[in-house]
Amino acid sequence: MEILDEGAGELVGWRDPDENREWVRANKSRALKDKRMTVSDAVRRFVRDGDYVAIGGFGHVRVPMSLVYEVVRQRKRDLTVAGKTAVHDLDILIGGGCVSRVEVAYSFGHELRGLSPCGRRAVESGRCKVVAETSNAGYQWRFLAAAMGVPFVVSRNLLGTDTFKKSSAKKVRDPWSGKPVCLLPACYPDVAMFHVPRCDAHGNAQIDGIIVEDFELARAARRVIVTTEQVVSDDLIRREPHRTVIPFYVVDAVCEVPWGAHPAQMPYEYYFDEEHIRLWLQMSASEEGTEDYFSRYVLGVQDYEEYLERVGGIRTLNRLRQIEQYRPPLPEQE
Amino acid sequence: MATTYTETELLACVASHMLADNKSVFVGTGLPMIAAMLAQRTHAPNLLLIFEAGGVGPQVPVLPISVGDSRTFHRAVVASTMHDVMSALQSGYVDYGFLGAAAIDAYGNINTTVIGDWARPRVRLPGSGGANDIGSLCWQTILILRQDRKKFVERLPFITTPGYLYGPGAREAEGLPAGGGPYRVITQLGVYGFDEETKRMALVARHPGVTVTEIQSNSEFEIIIPAQVAQTEPPTGSEQRILREIDPTGLVVGR
Repeated sequence: MEILDEGAGELVGWRDPDENREWVRANKSRALKDKRMTVSDAVRRFVRDGDYVAIGGFGHVRVPMSLVYEVVRQRKRDLTVAGKTAVHDLDILIGGGCVSRVEVAYSFGHELRGLSPCGRRAVESGRCKVVAETSNAGYQWRFLAAAMGVPFVVSRNLLGTDTFKKSSAKKVRDPWSGKPVCLLPACYPDVAMFHVPRCDAHGNAQIDGIIVEDFELARAARRVIVTTEQVVSDDLIRREPHRTVIPFYVVDAVCEVPWGAHPAQMPYEYYFDEEHIRLWLQMSASEEGTEDYFSRYVLGVQDYEEYLERVGGIRTLNRLRQIEQYRPPLPEQE
Repeated sequence: MATTYTETELLACVASHMLADNKSVFVGTGLPMIAAMLAQRTHAPNLLLIFEAGGVGPQVPVLPISVGDSRTFHRAVVASTMHDVMSALQSGYVDYGFLGAAAIDAYGNINTTVIGDWARPRVRLPGSGGANDIGSLCWQTILILRQDRKKFVERLPFITTPGYLYGPGAREAEGLPAGGGPYRVITQLGVYGFDEETKRMALVARHPGVTVTEIQSNSEFEIIIPAQVAQTEPPTGSEQRILREIDPTGLVVGR
């Protein structure tokens, strides 16, 4: 195949498909076993310094925040993070000093809420390096290639732009149509983390609402940690197998974490905590504020339960549930 | 009846008028969402909204904060995957793509990645997100941004998302799907299209009270001015009322 052009971005997360097949054969257990553990154990066992990390959900939606805070608490370092519309999660990891490199589809911004002071400061000062650019489809098709066990997938985006020039993609001539097409290299993160509404002890995880690219990402990553609002019985999963998005044999750890996406949204369960996101954006405007944030909400708390207390406890959480479920607030008491 | 309206209301209404009923639109955050929701509540009840995180065909109750917000799949026909919706885009099912931008050039290329040098940027912006995919793969891209000489530029520091790249035939030569590209650009001053011959930006309509001189002086590159320039329709009272219903807290529309 004739190579017409290639992006100069760094190729991150790529592996030879045969090497990965061998690794899967040797390391991914096909046994149905209980994988429940604490968040702290899961991060200790499955996240390593220097890892390439990808996080499920989208933007501020269905993000495994308990794991993100725990990565900061355990002071993991030198991570490369998939900026696959990574917003609050990436911000917290950058602010916590965990990240040295990012491949960017969408990062350093909070959509309508504005740009991220913390992420921008890190990139503009050179403390955190953008190693390559891509797009949202570009990223998810990289995961698709890995999930399929093939070296690349073909696409028709990116072409002709600087996004292509700073990507790890190549432009080749399609042997059938004769037209130029884009090849997106497979991407196998070292570890991927997800938050789901329900999962059994073996790791069979179900998602309500949009799946984003969690289907592909879970199958592309070498190690997978799933946090879940609720651990449910194996029987409940088997009654509705069509709802299962992530199968047990790709999962390494299952942690039960109610309200585990806060301040992100959990579809059908609770809404974004806009107040808390705004607080983070305000505090992270300066280095000192960022440190204060971490000592108040991350390093200064024992665990996620204590964090939930600090952000307002059950009163706040119930209010977020009301908004998500379109329930009108109770009328004022006489 | 003469009414007063804000710039944002005007942009939202002008944008919504471009979306025809029974067509599909891939919607980005902010004004594009407002415009698509307004169209759905007025002349285009069967406008098919598609969101990049997987929401397909929702009846959006109130302005979503994110393109992944559960409101993007409220009473939807599918809560799907990114692979599915991006593939729908690539295989030709999406009529309009609706984007905001930080800056644009005469060919409708846009930058949302960086100001200054890429390796050591003066300002790091969020990057493509789904914008490159939408600008590459939908049939007609509609862009909304504020216009001034810093945003309508001769040369972008970074082309995040393709317009007509460097002229006629460039998209196809690079391998992008044939027949796509920017259709309209909407700013606070007017509405622009692209000249058939050169694929450079040309004025289509100016907003009430805006002069052609203002339009030209707020662009670093020369805008093609045709002999006939239409005037846009200002928002009606009923459109303004619907906008407030869509965005009750004034997140985009303003209070």
